Amino acid sequence: MSGASGQRISAPGSLGRDLALAGGALLVLLVLPLIFPSKVLLDYIIRVAAFGIFATSLNMLVGFGGMVSFGHGMFFGGGAYAFGLMMQKLGVSIPVAFAGGMVYCALLALVVGAICIRLKETFFSFLTLAFQMLLHSIIISWVSLTGGDQGLMGGIPRPPFLGINLANQLHLYSFSCVLLVASLLLMRHILQTPFGYTLRMVRDNPDRARFLGIDIARIRLTAFVMAGCFGGVGGILMSLFVSGAYPEFAYWSTSGEAVFMIMMGGIHLFLGPIVGAAVFMALNDVITRFTEYHGLALGITVLIFALVFRRGLTDFVAQLRGGARAKP
Amino acid sequence: MLRVENLSKSFGGVAAMSDVSLDFRAGSLTAVIGPNGAGKTTFFNLISGAIRPDSGRVLLEGRDVAGLPATQVVGLGIGRAFQVAKLFTSLTVEQSLIGALQAQRHQSGHLWRRFPLPDYRGSAHEVMELLGLHTQADAQSGNLSHGDQKLLDIALALVLKPKVLLLDEPTAGMGPEERWKMIDTVHRLWTLGGLTLIFIEHDMDIVFKIAQSIRVLCYGKVLAQGSPDEIRDHPAVIEAYLGVPAESLDQPEAGGGPARDAH
Repeated sequence: MSGASGQRISAPGSLGRDLALAGGALLVLLVLPLIFPSKVLLDYIIRVAAFGIFATSLNMLVGFGGMVSFGHGMFFGGGAYAFGLMMQKLGVSIPVAFAGGMVYCALLALVVGAICIRLKETFFSFLTLAFQMLLHSIIISWVSLTGGDQGLMGGIPRPPFLGINLANQLHLYSFSCVLLVASLLLMRHILQTPFGYTLRMVRDNPDRARFLGIDIARIRLTAFVMAGCFGGVGGILMSLFVSGAYPEFAYWSTSGEAVFMIMMGGIHLFLGPIVGAAVFMALNDVITRFTEYHGLALGITVLIFALVFRRGLTDFVAQLRGGARAKP
Repeated sequence: MLRVENLSKSFGGVAAMSDVSLDFRAGSLTAVIGPNGAGKTTFFNLISGAIRPDSGRVLLEGRDVAGLPATQVVGLGIGRAFQVAKLFTSLTVEQSLIGALQAQRHQSGHLWRRFPLPDYRGSAHEVMELLGLHTQADAQSGNLSHGDQKLLDIALALVLKPKVLLLDEPTAGMGPEERWKMIDTVHRLWTLGGLTLIFIEHDMDIVFKIAQSIRVLCYGKVLAQGSPDEIRDHPAVIEAYLGVPAESLDQPEAGGGPARDAH
């Protein structure tokens, strides 16, 4: 099964392998603009980075924790607004506001998680959704702070720091690539530690985990806070890209898109969601160019993915490869 | 080692366990038997912290563990295997056991080094050898045969080196041959020493062959206790097993046969 092959690849000593892979990927991404100096391509990759981090963080919960959150968008929106407001109102530097946005998301996740994680599957899903809609309503109605449905007014200032000017597309692109690779590496590492395996145990059989002395509420809450934090990173990156923050960031459709990406890419392999994000974004861009019914077209595409690939692209490929290997 | 005093539990007015007092000597091998619905699994649930008793005490080496949550009870040395194996289906056999060990050593939240921490390999392999699971070390738990799943379920409890090991029908759902192999394994575990082993079993042939002593539960009460010879001739036990309609003797996996043969 794909799960088993995924674990075999990650045999002991694989931190070095992950680092090498990450380094290689980063190198390719950074060289890319020299070969294809296309603004459209760079914009695409920046958006894939933001949503890729976001979808991967959701998959920490869905794929590895067995917690199907429908409200993950609250961290995408929460991170974006917290970051944007700190930049606008406090005039701090980007790294400070970045860290502040992550801390805000961690606290938000701590409170929401503490209430939600004890609930059974469906109730968990719907309560996370409810909290997201609550945050969305606050953003919409607290006009004096958030600008309401217009989004954060006046744009987010992007003062240079350490010689990096994020108002420059190439700088923002490089920054996004580094952030993407670093976030994926960190999440990958977390999922490969004893904690990551405990999370799988809690997903597979929470009852048994309890009988081994595992505090399942604590494991779930830790995962929820971590996922919220990384979800915020995705939102912050998006707010840097659009130089603003909009209520849609925290709307249920944002969570839905992340779920689509995970389903398209596959939940059982770590890199599934990032593949899903890339495919989803590409489809979205192509479809919106040809038809105004892009919602319908996207829906049909997702349906095809769900019915044909069942467990997502990466799982499908892994299964094909596994099948080919099994035959003599 | 393990003493239960005046243990009671009712579910919505139905007394599942009423005033049960039992003593299990250190290093003993005891079978808990009784007709369906006698409260055997409830008894295990109460001891292992899965449910809280309404009243009574559960003394492990003199310390009252009644009402403590399962997560703490396991740390104090009461291990448990289940009637239907409860496994971590996506993990391999070795990974599952290492996961159990790291939980016991409070390393479940470890975020620095990668899984598996090398210190646990030895203990995991020791238990796999003991139960004959070493050839399956890298097999995914969910893909194991039924017999091996039951063995892994026991291994998960055993790897924590419990003082008291509770086995809820270790042979449930097994064919005759597999069943005797399992019971040999259980018996071998016990002869290695250091373990107070209590098991629930329906097959009377097995019970009378390996149990040192037997406790009979019926409708949440202790019906009888003693050596296999005493139980075999105990009038109340004979009545409980034979003096009731035949349906209640039917054990789908065992058939009613062995129970009757025993008398």
